[in-house]
Amino acid sequence: MRFSGLRVITEALRGNKSWTPHWRNPEPKAHYDAIVIGGGGHGLATAFYLAENHGLRNVAVLEKGYLGSGNIGRNTTIVRANYGLPGNSEFYSHSLKLWEGMEGALNYNVMHSQRGIINLFHSDGQRDAYARRGNAMINQGDDAFLLDREGVRKILPYLDFDNTRFPIYGGLYHPRGGTARHDAVAWGYARGADKRGVDLIQNCEVTGIDVDNGKVVGVQTTRGAIRAPKVGIVVAGRSSQVAAMAGMRLPIESHILQAFVTEGLKPVIDHVVTFGAGHFYISQSDKGGLVFGGDLDYYASYAQRGNLPIAEHVIEAGMTLMPMIGKAKLLRSWGGIMDMSPDGSPIIDKTHIDGLYLNCGWCYGGFKAVPASGWCMAHLMATDTPHEVARGYRLDRFATGRGLMDEEGTGSQHNLH
Amino acid sequence: MMRIRDIGPAVSFTWDGKRLQGQVGDTLASALLANGQRVVARSFKYHRPRGIFTVGSAEPNALVTIGSGAAQDPNIRATVQEIYPGLEARSQNRWPSLGFDILAINDLASPFLSAGFYYKTFMWPRSFWEKLYEPFIRRAAGIGALSGQHNADHYEKAFAFCDLLVIGSGPAGLAAALEGARAGARVILAEDDARMGGRLICDNALLNDAAAGDWVDAALAELAAAPNVTLMPRTAVTGAYDGGTFGAIERVGLHLPHQPELPRETFWRISARRAILATGAIERPIAFANNDRPGVMMASALRSYLHRYGVAAGQQVVIFTNNDDAYASARDLEGAGVQVTLVDARADAVAPAGFAGRFIAGAQVCDTRGRMGLRAVQLRHGDGRTEWTRADCLGLSGGWNPSLHLACHMNGKPQWDEGLSAFLPVPGMVPGLDYAGAANGQYDTAACLAAGQTRARAALGDLGLSLPAAADLPKTPQAAARPMLPLWQVPGKSRAWLDFQNDVTTKDVALAARENYTSVEHMKRYTTQGMAPDQGKNSNVNALAVLADVTGRSIAQTGITTYRPPFVPVSLAALGAGAQGAGFAPQRFTTSDAASRAMGAPMIEAGLWYRPSYFPQAGETHWRQSCDREVGYVRNAVGIADVSTLGKIDIQGPDAGAFLDFVYTNMFSTLPVGRVRYGLMLREDGHVMDDGTTARLGPDHYLMTTTTAAAAQVMKHLDFVRQAHCAQMQVAFTSVTEEWAQFAIAGPKARGLLQQLTGQALDGADWPFMACGPIALGDVQGRLFRISFSGEMGFELAVPARFGAALFDRLCDMARDLGGGPYGMEALNVLRIEKGFITHAEIHGRVTGFDIGMQGMLSRKKDFIGKAAASRPGLLEDGRELLVGLRATNGSLIAGARLFTQGSDAVRTADQGYITSVAYSPTLDASIGLGFLRNGRARMGEVIRVKDHLRGVDILAEVCNPVFFDPEGGRARD
Amino acid sequence: MRITCPNCGQRDLREFTYMGHAVALNRPAADADLAQWDDYLHNRDNPAGPTDELWYHGAGCTAWLKVRRDTVTHVISDAWLVMPPSKGVK
Repeated sequence: MRFSGLRVITEALRGNKSWTPHWRNPEPKAHYDAIVIGGGGHGLATAFYLAENHGLRNVAVLEKGYLGSGNIGRNTTIVRANYGLPGNSEFYSHSLKLWEGMEGALNYNVMHSQRGIINLFHSDGQRDAYARRGNAMINQGDDAFLLDREGVRKILPYLDFDNTRFPIYGGLYHPRGGTARHDAVAWGYARGADKRGVDLIQNCEVTGIDVDNGKVVGVQTTRGAIRAPKVGIVVAGRSSQVAAMAGMRLPIESHILQAFVTEGLKPVIDHVVTFGAGHFYISQSDKGGLVFGGDLDYYASYAQRGNLPIAEHVIEAGMTLMPMIGKAKLLRSWGGIMDMSPDGSPIIDKTHIDGLYLNCGWCYGGFKAVPASGWCMAHLMATDTPHEVARGYRLDRFATGRGLMDEEGTGSQHNLH
Repeated sequence: MMRIRDIGPAVSFTWDGKRLQGQVGDTLASALLANGQRVVARSFKYHRPRGIFTVGSAEPNALVTIGSGAAQDPNIRATVQEIYPGLEARSQNRWPSLGFDILAINDLASPFLSAGFYYKTFMWPRSFWEKLYEPFIRRAAGIGALSGQHNADHYEKAFAFCDLLVIGSGPAGLAAALEGARAGARVILAEDDARMGGRLICDNALLNDAAAGDWVDAALAELAAAPNVTLMPRTAVTGAYDGGTFGAIERVGLHLPHQPELPRETFWRISARRAILATGAIERPIAFANNDRPGVMMASALRSYLHRYGVAAGQQVVIFTNNDDAYASARDLEGAGVQVTLVDARADAVAPAGFAGRFIAGAQVCDTRGRMGLRAVQLRHGDGRTEWTRADCLGLSGGWNPSLHLACHMNGKPQWDEGLSAFLPVPGMVPGLDYAGAANGQYDTAACLAAGQTRARAALGDLGLSLPAAADLPKTPQAAARPMLPLWQVPGKSRAWLDFQNDVTTKDVALAARENYTSVEHMKRYTTQGMAPDQGKNSNVNALAVLADVTGRSIAQTGITTYRPPFVPVSLAALGAGAQGAGFAPQRFTTSDAASRAMGAPMIEAGLWYRPSYFPQAGETHWRQSCDREVGYVRNAVGIADVSTLGKIDIQGPDAGAFLDFVYTNMFSTLPVGRVRYGLMLREDGHVMDDGTTARLGPDHYLMTTTTAAAAQVMKHLDFVRQAHCAQMQVAFTSVTEEWAQFAIAGPKARGLLQQLTGQALDGADWPFMACGPIALGDVQGRLFRISFSGEMGFELAVPARFGAALFDRLCDMARDLGGGPYGMEALNVLRIEKGFITHAEIHGRVTGFDIGMQGMLSRKKDFIGKAAASRPGLLEDGRELLVGLRATNGSLIAGARLFTQGSDAVRTADQGYITSVAYSPTLDASIGLGFLRNGRARMGEVIRVKDHLRGVDILAEVCNPVFFDPEGGRARD
Repeated sequence: MRITCPNCGQRDLREFTYMGHAVALNRPAADADLAQWDDYLHNRDNPAGPTDELWYHGAGCTAWLKVRRDTVTHVISDAWLVMPPSKGVK
């Protein structure tokens, strides 16, 4: 069923009785050409592009819980291409272009809203670092503007420019950045993949990866064994556990990142704004809630929940930056499990086992990567060669020191990001 | 609606600009009810008129705005807000008025606005989303509005500690708190409501054959008198966190006329060794056509308004129930002179004793009329016959949901209890948290009292407290309730509301299921069920029961979504109180701070410190003039700069040298006493962490300096290396950054100044470059280091911090006499760039010793932190970006610009590097800079393209040695 | 979260900072090969369950602690000083 405004009207006139399932509930088959472990954003996008770009339709997505139950369903929905290092630049640039065509590709409105992102800076040194990044963005073909203090004031007059510990010097403005409705991205890819023949199998936990003679032959699941010559592990948040089934020990630690939303408010914040002197970023959802977050809780966790110290710090930072949000009320807080890699950048690569592919290490930046991650993972699984924009995401870069992508400069070592 | 009993003196307040009278003790909700205000809000999506629905903090409908100007406080629950003289309350989400709201058109268009409709449309043309569709949706969405002004009110945060936290002060909570009080435990009793007592003060109940309120008063008096008990009314416990930590929000001043010094709210962090959840239960509605009219309320709320606030919410009331509890509402209202019809869905129900009104068993309410206020309800009898009956108020009771939200905050899943038709908490969901009373499915008063007592005794026993014998609990009337009949929805064609706030109806849930959003999480996210300010407290269980029904599953199979903190909405101003604004981070001041400010120096942030940017003089109109002059002081005379902000770590012990050998890439154990050496410090990942000089003050005594930015990081790192890897060493260290004030005295006349100051010769034989040692300034024992960050003859003089201010003044005066003076960060930066000295602009975390040309400092003779990782092939090979100097051949360099081969396009694939630091060098009259260039050391003399898209710079620069000035270093030596 | 520091007793999370799994204590010998160093620096079991990890009591006694904590429930079952007091002089 093709979605459109006209369809909404005609179905409504018929009492909304004829809408059909957005995806099937198939029983797992005994054999597929490819299996994607993980029915989150990245896994669903991988399956979609396997079918769409590479004609692989006999594909299964195996999901332990419900589709989109991982970080795609619990993030702060920011979409941007404002990276500074080669390897990341081209990848996120590609991703943003896919975002810009996503509604058309999926026939599903993910409410991708290019409302602009402003990264504020608070010292000359920070300005120089942002300028370096902004210039890299433009080199890549993306958009960036460097605002001075008055330029920021024009766009964000509600910030506290006066009574603040770290004055606002200016901001790096990325107009094509913005937000999207996170769940809808999962659902749109799920619907698109299903329509192209992919079997989306929920409540199906992978319990083992079968390897024969150095080649992957299939997986064991809570719903029986399933054979496939290609298996992709796309389970950020649980990567270490699933990779361990194939005898791998990954350069990953799982951490908690909290996110927060207030009750609905009339429009008051029209951009995505990040604070450069504390951990805080914010946007307002189309429903009116202020959606914001900050830094990791900073201890290993699989709990999808955090603790008060970071929550308070994030909100203190928010109150410092924009004291007008004081009367907004926090409605809900939650946590996502971040696959933290040593250098803060992801991994999309082959493994030492033929036919077994790995997509992990998205740290706290996985949402905006969803389309390109799926695109490149599908390319890797289908062709056995890395896609040109994901060539940098090698698993062995930590061993060799070659092509480390430490955007924050805090170190290519665990627990420094 | 009317006031049938006065509860206190009159209080005047305004509602949408209209002056109304309430009474002391009223909430805004009870006062509005007493004033006959039926419509108090508009719904989120369809803008349906809505009235007050509940009595507590879970209220879905009656969200209002309190106050105006910067104090405007949106989305306040009228059921929680107490009235006070001058209270200013307004309705929200309506235009132009509450009575006439243009967007009520949405209600007529509702077939087109079904669950998830927006995922299926607004896609064409693409550019219309940001320009047209989204702005319209955003304007229509949202509930209340922020003022847009900076918060000007006072909020606070606080910590509290206790042995036993009792959450809720109904019968279970009071019984639990009394046990804790009598056992001598530190008890906190937290109650969301302004008054303690829970349902005991809302029902016409008896304890010990007297009004329950008497027992409550006695219990509270005992608790208040106990020094080990803290009573916290108006305090909602908002979250359960790890290690017995609970968040709580106290409404300190929200119920009073504005007092600037009084916090509006205080956010508490309560550390409790044990906690008892005694939060009661929330009555649940029943879904049927048009069940959201103003005048439709919860049956128990009718009783609360009657008994506690003296307000009868209607004159012709229908009560629709599936359980016995609502009978009390029917009886009590009838007793107050209200005409009551009691409709019980159970076919075998019998009229309660003494109830004189109309009683209908086996019937259901299936529709209502009255857009701006309920006028009639339609009943469907057991035999299918329907009738309309006049009513201005309808009380619903679909049973009760234990208020177990806090128990779920640590991911624990409650269990469905078929007998009670409710989710119940299971033991151990939150370590140390037990449950008592209705929160645990124990609904009758006697059971609540007993559970409060026994659960508290068990918790106190766990803590090892000796308990006095359990006191007798008050006597309760015998009550035998008949089982409820699970009833979630009444079949019908029109919309039946589940989530009143987000306008989610049973049709939406059915549509979600039809489209295969059958997981309870999918249904929630697709329909937005339970995502509004009440977080589904009134509706989640009903919605998943409806989902279970349409998908042919049981409720237990369907499962439940996750409750997450906070339990009630919490102001960001409260959660963010304390460290905000100018107090967001500590401020650190040097001893020369006041003097620098007095000289008019703009002070800039350097980490947590403030440092002078430059020292302007009369006639200077641009910072560059001051900077150039100050550079001249150092190059030609003598300059003074406060360098106290650099981290100083005092390291002592027989193994101090060995320890330094391990944390630095180069050797320090070989450093002679009385000498200083530059050190490079790596992270274990082989990249540069920090650099600085370390002085050997004695055989077993070193003083390390770190950069200002990395001081804390280095200290933590040293603690780790020492404790984790060097436990056998005899070494100790401590930060002495604050203990010493230290000043750079640099320039050709530096020695002369110091000779004059100290009376010592300080000649090159005794004090060569990189010498250090003690020095006396009168009675003050100082330290002198002959080091230079400017490339000139330089010293750093350190004195105990209490002498810093005086010394700085003296040094400045002496320097002025010699044709110099103080210099600030700008000049310091120019001086170091001229000399190619790096800062964290260069060692920005991604560079190695190899990159900055210091590979030779990585000792081959010993192990050190980062040695192995620095030897990875990728960190040493061709193609890396290496530190170079750049000298503009036309125009001015700019930091952040990218480097390209001359003639190539400024695109990523051609990128050759970037500029990290720039300066106009008055010494060389040139625009110079430092940067990183691919294979840069092999490209000396090459002219490259410098491109800054952001600021329109496109010039050429010559690649050169990063040491622009005095490359032999002769000026710093003798 | 609250951690019982062997020196200071039970203290709030905000006094501590974390530095990952306690394998960081097992620094390879100076002559270990790069593969061992890679494993030490980067690869982790990253268990969902009890694990030993490093915490720094930076706002307290500045001791580094080895803490046994469950990464699923966050329950802390034990804590030791990385450097027992008998060693060294700090």
